[in-house]
Amino acid sequence: MTALVDQPLEEQIAQWREYLRRRQAFHGSDIEELEGHLRDQLTALTESGLTGEEAFLVAVKRMGSLDALSREFAREHSDRLWKQLVIGPGPAEGSASSGRTEMLVALSLAVAAALAIKVPELFGLRPDGGAEMFYFRNGSLFVFPLLAVYFIWKRGSGVKSALRLAPAFAAAALFANVFPFRTNGDTQTLTVLHLPIALWLVIGVAYMGSRWFSSGRRMDFVRFSGELAIYYALIALGGIVLIGFTAMMFKSIGVNPERLIGGWMVPCGIVGAVIIGSWLVEAKQSVIENMAPVLTRLFTPLFTVLLLVFLGTMAWTRSPIDVKREVLIGFDLLLVLVVGLVLYAASARDPQAPPDLFDRLQLLLVASALVVDGVALAAIAARISEFGFTPNRVAALGENLILLVNLAWTAWLYARFVRRRGSFATLERWQIAYLPVYAVWAALVVIVFPPVFGYR
Amino acid sequence: MDMGKDLVAASATPLVLAILAEGDSYGYAIIKRVAELSGGHLQWTDGMLYPVLHRLERQGLVAAKWSASESGRRRKYYRITRDGRAQLAAQRQQWQVVDGTLRGLWMQACPA
Repeated sequence: MTALVDQPLEEQIAQWREYLRRRQAFHGSDIEELEGHLRDQLTALTESGLTGEEAFLVAVKRMGSLDALSREFAREHSDRLWKQLVIGPGPAEGSASSGRTEMLVALSLAVAAALAIKVPELFGLRPDGGAEMFYFRNGSLFVFPLLAVYFIWKRGSGVKSALRLAPAFAAAALFANVFPFRTNGDTQTLTVLHLPIALWLVIGVAYMGSRWFSSGRRMDFVRFSGELAIYYALIALGGIVLIGFTAMMFKSIGVNPERLIGGWMVPCGIVGAVIIGSWLVEAKQSVIENMAPVLTRLFTPLFTVLLLVFLGTMAWTRSPIDVKREVLIGFDLLLVLVVGLVLYAASARDPQAPPDLFDRLQLLLVASALVVDGVALAAIAARISEFGFTPNRVAALGENLILLVNLAWTAWLYARFVRRRGSFATLERWQIAYLPVYAVWAALVVIVFPPVFGYR
Repeated sequence: MDMGKDLVAASATPLVLAILAEGDSYGYAIIKRVAELSGGHLQWTDGMLYPVLHRLERQGLVAAKWSASESGRRRKYYRITRDGRAQLAAQRQQWQVVDGTLRGLWMQACPA
């Protein structure tokens, strides 16, 4: 085959390629493959006597309509659907009017959440007047049900699935409020921290609609959670700037803005931003969708270096880990972070690609995290055997073990993959299958810990 | 003759696997071979072959490799794997059952 020197034809091919590129179901290599096909076809057709333009028309027609084609590609590569979510209803989904309806729904739900958080005040529960802990315990219950409503509406799951989720929220409200927690008790703090984690699984069920058991949708939910965290951080930054200006401006005219800020802007902003952030992730996926993987690529090497240097320093100075409460939580968070890095790297990775340098780096990260955590775990165990069980220590230990099991098996699967003995898909499936474990443990902490430890 | 959509879709996997069992190939050549073998009766929309190939690749029935074509452009070549051959054998048996059954029926109906 000779190169096509026909200038207008080259332009038409370039234009066609551009059309493909705009459809998010196609990746670069797919486009290259399809273009190769088109060129082969063009060569054959021009050799049989057609002019360039005639050949182009025939070749493009034989290729099939772009709509049908991108739907087929999207169906095969459903991971890319995350970007377009148009497989079902077709082109209507992207129209301007449905976008506006969605915006209205999201805005109303955000306003509803903002108002909901103000309702308890009507019954005398003031956030600055002794009822702070009520708000901390129940904070997620003011917004998560509304977020679930948003997803039920968005996925068209209907009233039935709403009724399936309602008992979970009701149970959460019950366990957050029936226990006679001691003031400033540890079990109360544990409930505050763990209830949102357990409820996030309920949001996951709402997000995934009827297909909550399919692993592809679970990965989408992981992506969604990561992007939401990024959006939320960005919105929070903007909110801080807004609050700063509010304070400065009202003080300049001698009006104290404290009630406006503390009573309205902060609580309403915190709950409203969850819904707005979720809507933004759903509506504007392509704007930011690559943020989580980019951050992952950036921080995986840095954290690997940190862990290795830390291990080296500890070996060199022989100073043991001083186990305090913050240290327990700190090492749990470290493992969460490593699991997060693995998850988001996996979510953005092409499962068919062969192992590369980054995979080896991830394996090193996971392995060094395992070693660091082994050391911390030994210190925690020593502490427990010396001073006995407290709710904090048991919760931290349980979380540590759960994450450790995950990372150990991840390391094993990763090592197999890097040595080309296993596929990346197995690793991804393992991570996905493990997700409910976190929520179940969190629910356990909320439900079982307070009575077992006497609400202290 | 216009073939039904479902039949075309169902026959895609065995056809692609059988052609690749003859030797490594690439998208355009596979389509040309199908048209040739079926006397032009089996016409695929060209683009639709690629999702099929990618599915077979994901299922591990074929393996793909980019290498240079005679024109110098990169081209994705497909090769059947051992699993693919096993799948092809299984599909072949199934199609023979279908073919045999229909043939028996039609021979009775109009013994030509």
